[in-house]
Order: sequence, then structure tokens, then C-alpha cells
Amino acid sequence: MNNKFIAFTTAAAVGMGAFACAALARDQVKVAGSSTVLPYANIVAEQFGKAFGDLKTPVIESGGSSGGLKQFCAGVGEDKLDIANSSRKIKAGEQEECAKNGVNDIVEVKFGYDGIVFAVDESAGTWKLEPQDLYLALAAEVPKDGALVANPYKTWKEVNASLPDTPIAAFIPGEKHGTREVFEEKILHVGCKASGGDKLQLAKAEGKDDDAKKKAADKACNKVRKDGAAVDIDGDYTETLARIQSNKQGVGVFGLSFYENNKDKLKVATVSGVEPSLETVASGKYPVSRPLFFYVKKAHLGVIPGLKEYVEFFTSDRILSADGPLVEYGLVPLPDAERKEVQELVKSGKTLSTAAK
Amino acid sequence: MAVETAPMTPDSALSASRKNEAIRARIKRRYSAERRFRAYGIAAILFGLAFLVALFSTIFARGYTAFQQSTFTLSVVLDQAAFGSSAPTPSELRMADYTKIANRAIQQALGVDPNNKADARAAADLLSQNADTQIRKIVTADPSLVGQTVKVDVLAHGNVDSLLKGQFDRSVAESRRKLSDKQLGWLDRAIESGILTKKFNTGLFTYGASSKPETAGVGVALVGSLYMMTIVLLVAVPLGVAAAVYLEEFAPKNFITDTIEVNINNLAAVPSIVFGLLGLAIFINFMGIPRSASLVGGLVLALMTLPTIIIATRAAVSAVPPSIREAALGVGASKMQSITHHVLPLAVPGILTGTIIGLAKALGETAPLLMIGMVAFVVEYPSTPMDAATALPVQIYMWATAAERGFVERTAGATLILLAFLVVMNVTAVILRRRYERRW
Repeated sequence: MNNKFIAFTTAAAVGMGAFACAALARDQVKVAGSSTVLPYANIVAEQFGKAFGDLKTPVIESGGSSGGLKQFCAGVGEDKLDIANSSRKIKAGEQEECAKNGVNDIVEVKFGYDGIVFAVDESAGTWKLEPQDLYLALAAEVPKDGALVANPYKTWKEVNASLPDTPIAAFIPGEKHGTREVFEEKILHVGCKASGGDKLQLAKAEGKDDDAKKKAADKACNKVRKDGAAVDIDGDYTETLARIQSNKQGVGVFGLSFYENNKDKLKVATVSGVEPSLETVASGKYPVSRPLFFYVKKAHLGVIPGLKEYVEFFTSDRILSADGPLVEYGLVPLPDAERKEVQELVKSGKTLSTAAK
Repeated sequence: MAVETAPMTPDSALSASRKNEAIRARIKRRYSAERRFRAYGIAAILFGLAFLVALFSTIFARGYTAFQQSTFTLSVVLDQAAFGSSAPTPSELRMADYTKIANRAIQQALGVDPNNKADARAAADLLSQNADTQIRKIVTADPSLVGQTVKVDVLAHGNVDSLLKGQFDRSVAESRRKLSDKQLGWLDRAIESGILTKKFNTGLFTYGASSKPETAGVGVALVGSLYMMTIVLLVAVPLGVAAAVYLEEFAPKNFITDTIEVNINNLAAVPSIVFGLLGLAIFINFMGIPRSASLVGGLVLALMTLPTIIIATRAAVSAVPPSIREAALGVGASKMQSITHHVLPLAVPGILTGTIIGLAKALGETAPLLMIGMVAFVVEYPSTPMDAATALPVQIYMWATAAERGFVERTAGATLILLAFLVVMNVTAVILRRRYERRW
């Protein structure tokens, strides 16, 4: 027993040491970031693996835009990420963080748009929403008779007579989601302005100068009521779908591609009279959309095998054109001219200027 | 022993019977209180069982369909024209347009005119996008098939599979369905003629991650989990047993060992995500082991399992009666001999049980893996523990967030696979304990 035991322990220790020493050169592209971009990146990675038999299929991690960019900015080196997927533009603060860690040259690639839709259960009637309706129904404070009051509305009908007479129950993305920012910017902010709430908030706002006041007012506009009518969903769209199926009167926020895949269970609401579809989002008619990006570490291009090929493959016509696999899944394609621009950018390897801050 | 009984006065008889009544009532209350107490216990067990049954039955009801996959059995025409020559070179074999071959086969099987562009497209859409790879594999394995017509099983598209399994409602309007009325008609005919059937889904166990439900499987995750469990065994068991034996048999009782003991117990209760953060800081950032590697995952899980193994081993070692040690020492064995020859072998069942339960816990863990990059889309099998991989629970988590209907059943199906592993491990632990346990 004792000999065996000692041999076992030594073998384990030696094995561990061998693993730790073997810092092999990486031959696989590593990507992390936004869960909205993840399914698109998965499709590209899968096809990349098929098309380039001699290169390894990239590994795509999920973890959110902010999480991905944070890891991306951790530095240059074999053990660091090559690409960060993001459903929003990189922030100035993140670029500074990157620069601090020696990640100076970043190539920004915009590869399409994502529409954000409001959908109800398929058994519900037709919904026609305006940003103002959503603002009045969901904001913490709304203007009423020329003054700001804590949101008094209980049903959609009270907000807008053309909406159904059901209690307000909305499932909106939680604050860690990139989608939340789009929701605030394109819906709450717009609705706040349309209903005159922004002026009232501005009058009330505190700050040392006009700029600070305006910022405080914008922030107050984006505040969502906390009395249970608006529910933050910190999970993903599958959770929102489950919520709507258990509360048939609820309204949920989804990505366009998720809706396209679950059309038989969901019915989409128009926003400002426009029904969301690939066409209306691409043309800019549908108001609630955002660009999708991935960021490439230039220092890794040409060092990590397959990185350059992956980026070029991702931006090729075969992937990004209107009849490509990403559009089939629900990506809103870039207009042809913009796609050409992106392909040029990838070829030239133009990096984000620090002046872009 | 004559006991003089006091004459019963009517007064005292009355008070005695009243007393008796009071006592009887109290006893009755006590009995019924005990009955209630027992009933609460039974109710608690039933409640727990009901939840368990509900959980298992929903997972099973949702997941059992994942073990079958809709498959077209097509006669594929491998004519020479598609390959350029009757004896194609390996590169010609690789580069041939298998998508076209597959599409032609399905159009022929459904009786669709290939010159009608829209219909041809609609028919081709019923096949999995992996159909070309399946045919390529068969032909490259046996090039003599070129020029013949062979029967090949190719996967149907995920939407077709969902339809066959009743996950799509046929009654909703055509525009909101994934499959058109025309495609439904073809599929019905295909089912009738027997070329579209449900077969056992081996792909679920062999494929890696995929964006298409029909070609998504837990293969890579299984290998990743296997690597990690091996590393946990190799690292945590020797370390844990050595630490436990030292603490139990050699260590002096003083402030330092007391502190260590308390901290080991505390470590067992630390949330697993903390171990992930530790792994990120030490194994990836400091030691430079690549992200997403199963080696990192294994080491992190080993750290997490260590306290469980130490606690179980200490309990097993201390349960060996002192008389055994004393007898060994009495016949002249050294302390080490008494431990390695007598104490440890007798403690093995307890150690094994603790280890297996620790492993089972580690097998179901996702939170620490998130931090070290194992929650990832990995298509290729890892050939060594240094390669990127995922784990079973991670695969379940990733599928749970996917939009396609086919992933819903796969999520539940993978959960069933994970549950099966856990049940097997726990049963092994029970059997080992039953078999080798010695009672004193």
C-alpha cells in the first residue's frame, strides 16, 4: 500500500508540473463578449472551421459586452483575448484601460445591426406602441397636469386610450445588458422628450452648471418605476419568453433574431407605426436598433494563426451579404456601401484613433 | 406487606377521578401532539418528493425526444460528373460540391422539379446544413462508391425535427411558421413513404457545439468533463488524503491546527465562484495556463473538492477504532506502518464515498468555469487538457439561452445525461460503502 500510495502521489505531482511547464504556442483564435453577438459569432466560427480545414475553429466565450471588453483590454499576449464581441461601441474609459495595459491598436469592425422589438403573447391583440406610451407606462416619474408625479398609471389604457385595458406588466432587460442602454436611449429618452417630461426634470435637476443639470435630467428620465409594473430581466431572452408565457398580458423586450425564431409564440408590436423587420431596421425606419461590433487586437494579427483569416472571413460577402447565414438567423445586414467600407477597413487594418474618445 | 388503603371518601374520589381525567386528557394531548409531529415530518418528506417527481417528470417529458433525431434516408447519386473523373484524386474528393449532391437527392426524393428555383430551394431547406459533410465522410472513406447510387442517412433540418416532434404548432398562420404549407405537404408524403424517420440520436453524444440544433451535441463537453474529473482525482485525492491523515494522526493539538481545521470547514462552504476567481488570478494570470483549458478547470474544481475530501477522510480515519492502531503498534509496527497497513485500508470506503460525492459536486459546477473561460462555444474535440473545452453543465447553460426550438429539448436531454452520470456516481458510492464497510 505505501509504495503504491507514494508512486501515485509522485505521478500526480509530476503530471501537474509537466502541464504547468508546457506553455504551448496558441493556434486557436479566442473570442469573448456580448451574448447578443454570440450566436452570430458561433455561426461564423462553425463555417470558418468547415471552410479552413487546416486552421482550428475559434473558441467563442459569452459573458457580456463589458465583460468581454474588460478581458480584451487586459493586455497583449498569447494568454489574452484576440477579439471582443460587443453590442455597443467601446467606451472612452475602456479605451483608456486598454491603452494602460498596452493594447493601443484596436480595429473596430461593425458587422450589422440588431433590432430591438416589443412583443406580446401570440394570443394577444395587435399592439401599436409609441416611445411616449412606453415612457409614461414605465418611467419612475411622469409629467401629469404640468407637474412631475410618481407614476400613477395602472393599465395601458390609462396611458393611451388605443391600448388594451390590461395591467401594465413589462419585462425589460436588466441594467447589465447592452440592450438596456438602447432601450433607455431610443425609447425612454425619446418618450421623455415627447411628453415634456425632460423640461420638468431639467427644472428640478440639481447641478453646478447647465451641463451637469442636463445630465441629471437625462438620468432622471431614464429611471424605471420600481413598483413591480416593470420587471428587470437579468437573464436572457428565453427567460423573458417564459415570463410572457406565464403572464399572457405582459410585454417583453426581445432581439429581432430571437423573435424571428419564435414567431409562433410571440406577436410583435409596432413602434411609431413601423413593424420591425430586416427591411425596416436596415433602412432605419424602425427606430429601436443598434449596431453590433467586434474589436480586434491589432498586435495579435499575423501572430495568432487564423486570426486574420477569421476577421476577413467574418466580413466577407459570403457571411455578411443579405442572403448569408447571419441574415438568415436574424442579423440586420449592413447596406452594401457600408459593407464595402468595413471590408476596406479590415484590409487596411485601420485602428481606432485615440481622438475618437 | 399489607398496605392500608385509605377509605375512599366521596369527596376524595371525586377529586381523584377529576385528576385522572385531567391526566388522561393531558396524555391524549401528548399523543396527538406526537402524531401531529410525525405527520409534519411525513408531510415534509412528501412535499420534497413531490417537487422531485415534478422536476424529474418535466425534464424527462421535455428531454426524452432529444435522444431521437429526424433523418432522411436518401438514394444519393454519386455520378462521375460531380467528381470530375471516375477515379477522383483525394483533393477532387474533398472539393466536390456535396451540398449540390445532397440537394439533388432530396429534390428527387420529394419529387420536386429542380428547375423551379423557389421549390428547389424550399426542398433543400429541409436538409441539415451538415448534410454535405455527412456525404463527404462516406465518400472519402470509400472512394469506390463514386459512380454508384447509395442509400445514405442524412440529418433533417432542425425545423423539420421540431415539427416531427410536435414542437411546432401546424395550426398557426403560414407566415408565422418556420415551414410553409408546401413543405409540410412534402414532409407528410416523406413520412408516409418511409424516407423520413426518427432514429436514435448518436450525434447528441458525438457532436461538439453547433449553432444548428440538429448538429449540436455534448461530445466536447463530455471529454472536457472527463479531463477535469481525472485532474480532480489526481490532484485532490492525494492532497486531501495526505492532509487529512496528517491532521488526524500526527498533528499536535494546538492553536495552529485548530485554526487550520476551522478554515478547512469554512472552505467547504465558500461559494464556488470564488474558486473561479482564484483560478483566474493564479492559474491563468500568474502561471500562464491558457484560458478555457480543461487543466485550469480541473485544478479549480480540485481546489473546490479538496475540503470535502479532507473532511470525509478525517471522519473515516477517526472512525477506525484505536484498538487497531494499538494492536499494530503493540506487535512492533511503526506509526507509519500502522497507518498505511491498517488504518488507511480500513478507512478506504469512507474516503471513496467522500471522493465520489465531491466529484459529483464538481461535475455539476458551472459558476467557477465562467471565470476561467470554459463557458464557451467549442466545436473541436480537445486532444489534451491544455486545449479549449467546455463541461456538461456549461453546455446545458449555453443551450438554455439559444433561440431555436430544437435547443429546448436538447437542454433537457443534456440535463438527463448529466443526471444519469450523477446517479451512477452516487450509486457507486453507496455500493462501495455497503460492500467494504466494516462494523465494529
